[in-house]
Amino acid sequence: MAQSSQATGGLKSIPALLQRNAAQFADKDAYREKEFGIWQTWTWAMTENEIEALALGLINLGVKEGDFVAIVGRNRPYFYWAMVAAQSVGAVPVPVYNDSAAEEMEYILGHCGAKYAIVEDQEQVDKIIEIQEKLHTFEHMVYIDPRGLRKYDHRQLHEFSHIQAQGRAAHDELIGELKSRREKLDYDSTCVMLYTSGTTGKPKGVVLSNRNVIESSKNSADFDALTGDEEILSYLPMAWVGDFIFSVGQAYWCGFCVNCPESAETMMTDLREIGPTYYFAPPRIFETSLTSVMIRMEDSGDLKYALFHHFMDFAKTAGEKYGMPKRSLAKPDMKRRIKNGWRYAMGLGFAMETLVENGIRMAFTKLRHGSKAREHFKAKDPILLNLYRGSLRDYFKYRMGNVLVYGPLKDTLGFGRVRVGYTAGEAIGPEIFEFYRSLGINLKQLYGQTEATVFITAQPDGEVRADTVGVPSPDVEIKIADNGEIFYRSPGTFVEYYNNPESTASTKDAEGWVATGDAGFFEEKSGHLRIIDRAKDVGKMADGSMFAPKYVENKLKFYPDILEAVLFGNGKDRCVAFINIDLTAVGNWAERNNIAYASYQELAGHPKVLDSIQQHVEAVNRSVADDPMLAGCQIHRFLVLHKELDADDGEMTRTRKVRRVIVADKFKDLVAGLYDGASTVSTTTEVTYEDGRKGSISATLDLRDAQVAPVASKMAAE
Amino acid sequence: MSNDSYVTDDGRTIGPTVMEMKNITLRFGGVKAITDISFDIREGEIRAIIGPNGAGKSSMLNVISGFYVPQEGEVWYKGAKRPPMKPYQVAEQGIARTFQNIALFEGMTVLDNVMTGRLRQMKANMFEQAIWKGKAEREEVENREVVEKIIDFLEIQAIRKTPVGRLPYGLKKRVELARALAAEPSILLLDEPMAGMNVEEKEDMSRFILDMNDEFGTTIALIEHDMGVVMDLSDRVVVMDYGKKIGDGTPDEVRNNQDVIDAYLGVAHD
Repeated sequence: MAQSSQATGGLKSIPALLQRNAAQFADKDAYREKEFGIWQTWTWAMTENEIEALALGLINLGVKEGDFVAIVGRNRPYFYWAMVAAQSVGAVPVPVYNDSAAEEMEYILGHCGAKYAIVEDQEQVDKIIEIQEKLHTFEHMVYIDPRGLRKYDHRQLHEFSHIQAQGRAAHDELIGELKSRREKLDYDSTCVMLYTSGTTGKPKGVVLSNRNVIESSKNSADFDALTGDEEILSYLPMAWVGDFIFSVGQAYWCGFCVNCPESAETMMTDLREIGPTYYFAPPRIFETSLTSVMIRMEDSGDLKYALFHHFMDFAKTAGEKYGMPKRSLAKPDMKRRIKNGWRYAMGLGFAMETLVENGIRMAFTKLRHGSKAREHFKAKDPILLNLYRGSLRDYFKYRMGNVLVYGPLKDTLGFGRVRVGYTAGEAIGPEIFEFYRSLGINLKQLYGQTEATVFITAQPDGEVRADTVGVPSPDVEIKIADNGEIFYRSPGTFVEYYNNPESTASTKDAEGWVATGDAGFFEEKSGHLRIIDRAKDVGKMADGSMFAPKYVENKLKFYPDILEAVLFGNGKDRCVAFINIDLTAVGNWAERNNIAYASYQELAGHPKVLDSIQQHVEAVNRSVADDPMLAGCQIHRFLVLHKELDADDGEMTRTRKVRRVIVADKFKDLVAGLYDGASTVSTTTEVTYEDGRKGSISATLDLRDAQVAPVASKMAAE
Repeated sequence: MSNDSYVTDDGRTIGPTVMEMKNITLRFGGVKAITDISFDIREGEIRAIIGPNGAGKSSMLNVISGFYVPQEGEVWYKGAKRPPMKPYQVAEQGIARTFQNIALFEGMTVLDNVMTGRLRQMKANMFEQAIWKGKAEREEVENREVVEKIIDFLEIQAIRKTPVGRLPYGLKKRVELARALAAEPSILLLDEPMAGMNVEEKEDMSRFILDMNDEFGTTIALIEHDMGVVMDLSDRVVVMDYGKKIGDGTPDEVRNNQDVIDAYLGVAHD
């Protein structure tokens, strides 16, 4: 490891990187946040100043080395500063999901024994005050937005700007202390503690050292040739490891600018205004944008509709070849702009020229051959680009499409400048993946987890496929156990689970190999890793065939009307499924088909909706039947749930992964109904509102039988 | 009329009387909408006017905002008797309002709608506005800043550029509130701010009303049907029935007033 610390030039902590950036890129933008309708900017020099003031203020408040400081808020520069300021004074930042309910927060703050919390506004302050009695070590809270908090008891409550002002006032006395604490930070001191989302059981606190974070950031930045000129939009939860690596680790390592949206709802507008060059999103975000594009195209005029579909069909074959951006893309200078302008002009000119030329040709041919000619031209290509053969034609046509469709569409989505895009966390639908890639967006997949400081495998440029997750990231070793479980070892491997030696021991062995809990295998041809499912979710059906719920659920979720699916069948003789409809997609469909509905529940129970879901289920059954190993997972019966699965009800994690066991238990009457053949089931479900109050909804659900496809290949094999 | 200030349980300071209604009677032809009503509004308080349908609540609000001129009685504002005025003159005195049935410019964006609330503060003439240099530009920037703060306060950033006609009802109400707030009023009149809203929207709206009162010290007079909301929000309540005042006092006093209970629950006519 001595070698790698040399490679990072002795920069062994995030505060050290901050100082380097403030010296090297003093006037370059470090943070932007949209506030009051305008993008407010902080340069690296200003950032250092702000963070130093806050760090001094924290020392003044009594923060000791090794204390835990909880950070609760949406993505705002102040919270990123708070994390680095906490690190500077030797404390450990613990970002917490800002939409957690009070009990979830109580568990995390209690588990790490946090003494301080830096929170956003009255909502978070109220939550912490509610649980404060149960937190024995808790001392002080700092808030950013003073609205509504003026009359609160301020003995343990402080305003962010006041803390900074106190820090500035005490600069001369405390700066020596801050410097000595900052110098003590080394490669093995704790950088951050992140709680896992807790798909099973209570969240665990993953301790990541400076080595983990800086090495991973360095390696991944090299892998994708990231530079200090990247722009990213930070909108993913701060408590998630991905955001920490992109918005802190890589941002500080490369020195690029982190942009924070105005509010969670304005994310799409802000994305468009910033036009990030490096972008990260879970598949759900891509699905949502694709759904909204498709819905809007349905409502568009005939010309636009035809153009869109024509060029999108074409891009499926040509996008991969002609659309991908250059590997490194510096800020466009004058030369580049002229070149781009020239290209656009050529594209348009070519289009015009071809149309005119074809028109003239057609006119002449028609004069001579009449109706025969018309058939000939129709058969070729609607836009009549049939003058040139093969790849040259495709190249020009793609350029033309770029001017007419792809460019404007990418701009609308905010992906106009994306050079490297990643999706991870869940499998992405091949159609969705293909859609974005064919537009010329270099969207790739990676596979990672909190314990690995994100990166386990990633797809290199040019080797991107929908069904694999790529090759091992730099410095990562991977081995596959006999039962298919994936193990890895890397500089990013976490230190430990905080206060939980048993879990640490069961996950990470003495040699540093970490069990991922996922089952997968390497493809022999390409050397890419393929993930099958969570190892513990993979089970056996009663007849001994394999039960891989995620595999089937993902197939279902690729349909835009299906938001979520949960498959049951472990140890049973057949599979059944719960399905959640996507309100946006189905609602739009209902509107276009004159189906009136008053609520989610009513729409979810509408017979026509059930019919269309049934078609999807049957299509999935046919596709599952193609794979003899998994043919047993076909869905025999299904129902459409009367409520959306929700993190507030504990049915999902905050990162929106289904908690299978809890769902099965909560709706056990429905599962039983699906198995005993009932045609309807009445049920009452408890729901939790955002403010923590409880209510209940009752519904009578229709249970449906789905047609199961015969397993042809298996019969043939026998 | 009282001149002393006091501090409420939750730490807000309620100042002296800022507006007083003295024996107001309003008639439409032969129909008496309001009969001899007197009450006062103190600085910094949240004053509710409640009553069953047709009790004359909205008429009362229209009297305050200058839309109706009462046949009898006087309106005293900031220690002086107010002569009969046009609504825009009342607005110039610092009284802003929202409407029961939303009255926004449907085709304009939220931002433009809220900007109209600043018209009173814009002094540039038509010619200057057309050229949009110097004074007009400066004014626009200053006023936009105020408007942006209100947009941030009411959390409507995401719909800043959306035409109002496309918004759902609950958001339109919020935009209307933003427009009224943009005028930086000293008294804000809210006509059924929570009508037709679901529980969550009502909670948000209540929070905004309290925060507005807290943050800007705005005096608020509101008409509302939702009893729970009224009792939680307001400092004092006026109860009207058939154009007459039947109760006036703190929410607790009003709740135990026999006349009020009768008006709401009905009495047996034997």
